[in-house]
Amino acid sequence: MAAEHAEHALTPTGYISHHLSFLTKPVGDTPFMSVNVDSLVMSVLLGILGIGFMWLVVRGATAGVPGKRQAFVELAIDFVNDQVKSIFHGDIRFVAPLALTVFIWVLLMNSMDFLPVDIMAWIYKNVFGLEYWRQVPTSDINTTFALALAVWVLMLYYTVKVKGLGGFIHELFCSPFGGNPLLWIPNFLFNLVEYISKPLSHSLRLYGNMYAGEIIFLLLGLWAATGVAGTIFGAILSTGWAIFHILIVALQAYIFMMLTIVYVAMAHESH
Amino acid sequence: MNINLTLVAQFLWFFAFVWFTARFVWPPLMRAVEDRQKKIADGLAAAEKGQQELVSANGRVEELVRGAKAQSQELIANAQKRADEMVEQAKTAAKTEGERQIAAARASIEQEIQQAREQLRGQVAQLAMTGAEQILMREIDPAKHKDVLDKLSARL
Repeated sequence: MAAEHAEHALTPTGYISHHLSFLTKPVGDTPFMSVNVDSLVMSVLLGILGIGFMWLVVRGATAGVPGKRQAFVELAIDFVNDQVKSIFHGDIRFVAPLALTVFIWVLLMNSMDFLPVDIMAWIYKNVFGLEYWRQVPTSDINTTFALALAVWVLMLYYTVKVKGLGGFIHELFCSPFGGNPLLWIPNFLFNLVEYISKPLSHSLRLYGNMYAGEIIFLLLGLWAATGVAGTIFGAILSTGWAIFHILIVALQAYIFMMLTIVYVAMAHESH
Repeated sequence: MNINLTLVAQFLWFFAFVWFTARFVWPPLMRAVEDRQKKIADGLAAAEKGQQELVSANGRVEELVRGAKAQSQELIANAQKRADEMVEQAKTAAKTEGERQIAAARASIEQEIQQAREQLRGQVAQLAMTGAEQILMREIDPAKHKDVLDKLSARL
């Protein structure tokens, strides 16, 4: 199975690090000025696929008896709508589509983990001529952090919009412990930690889960190096892990969506 | 796990997708769903109304049936009464007629008896006169002996 990596030394480290290498194109001089083409292409393709599918279905949506595809999309939208309504009490016209986008997009990106790593690596190399190609955009910290940061920005935007800039600064210093001047510094530190930890935990939770899932697939793939028995054993274990991974993929997408709703909802509530 | 420009690109794509969903996906579908909900609610309300109307129609029908029954019973009773009356009338008429006829027959019988008596009286008087003539061997003048004859026929 690892035969296609002939140019690498056939060591476990070489196998895994090959699979975990991004297709990075520099666009500037500093290390920051480069783009992970694989993450970007996969995520945008999946986003267009998911959102575009819904758009196509919605364009022909009828208020009468819905078709199977429409019923499916309605199921997804209804699910998100219920979640948003149970957490967020206010105008959901932006928050609900936000949650839907997050859920569908993250779910699709996570699902890329189901594609068998070595077969896909062979296809990327021999069909598309790509030596390095990470197919799971959510196991790229850039993707998850971008999403978490976007939610964080929205959270700040709504905090300022709902409470005003004065209210935001007041809350920064006077909650959660109280408005005593002695407590201003502790309050501010507390809020600072909260504001920093929110996007970090939001993004790292998803990233860590998907990254770990990928690593486990790679480690199970390593069994193939030990021979036929190892290949069969590895295949069985991979199947088991893939089945279990269905849960993780859906669960992480769900958690990411719920946290998005919760953060935006918290921005609307005054302490 | 290098942070690079991908982050910015993903950030922008994310907002693009959210904008697209909020603009083109969510509102039309929600509209369709709400329209359907309204349709279903309307349908249920119409069904409810139909049910109520059926109940009230049933009530009306029952009332009509009851009325018709009462009316027909009344009609039957009336007809019965009328028939009884007619029978009674006919009976009375027949009785009266019968009595009248009986009376007429009696009267005519009486008359005939009277006549026959008169006749018999005449004949008896005649016979008596003839017999007396025979006995007396002479003619009896009925005019002269009218009082005697009358006395005789009165005794008969």
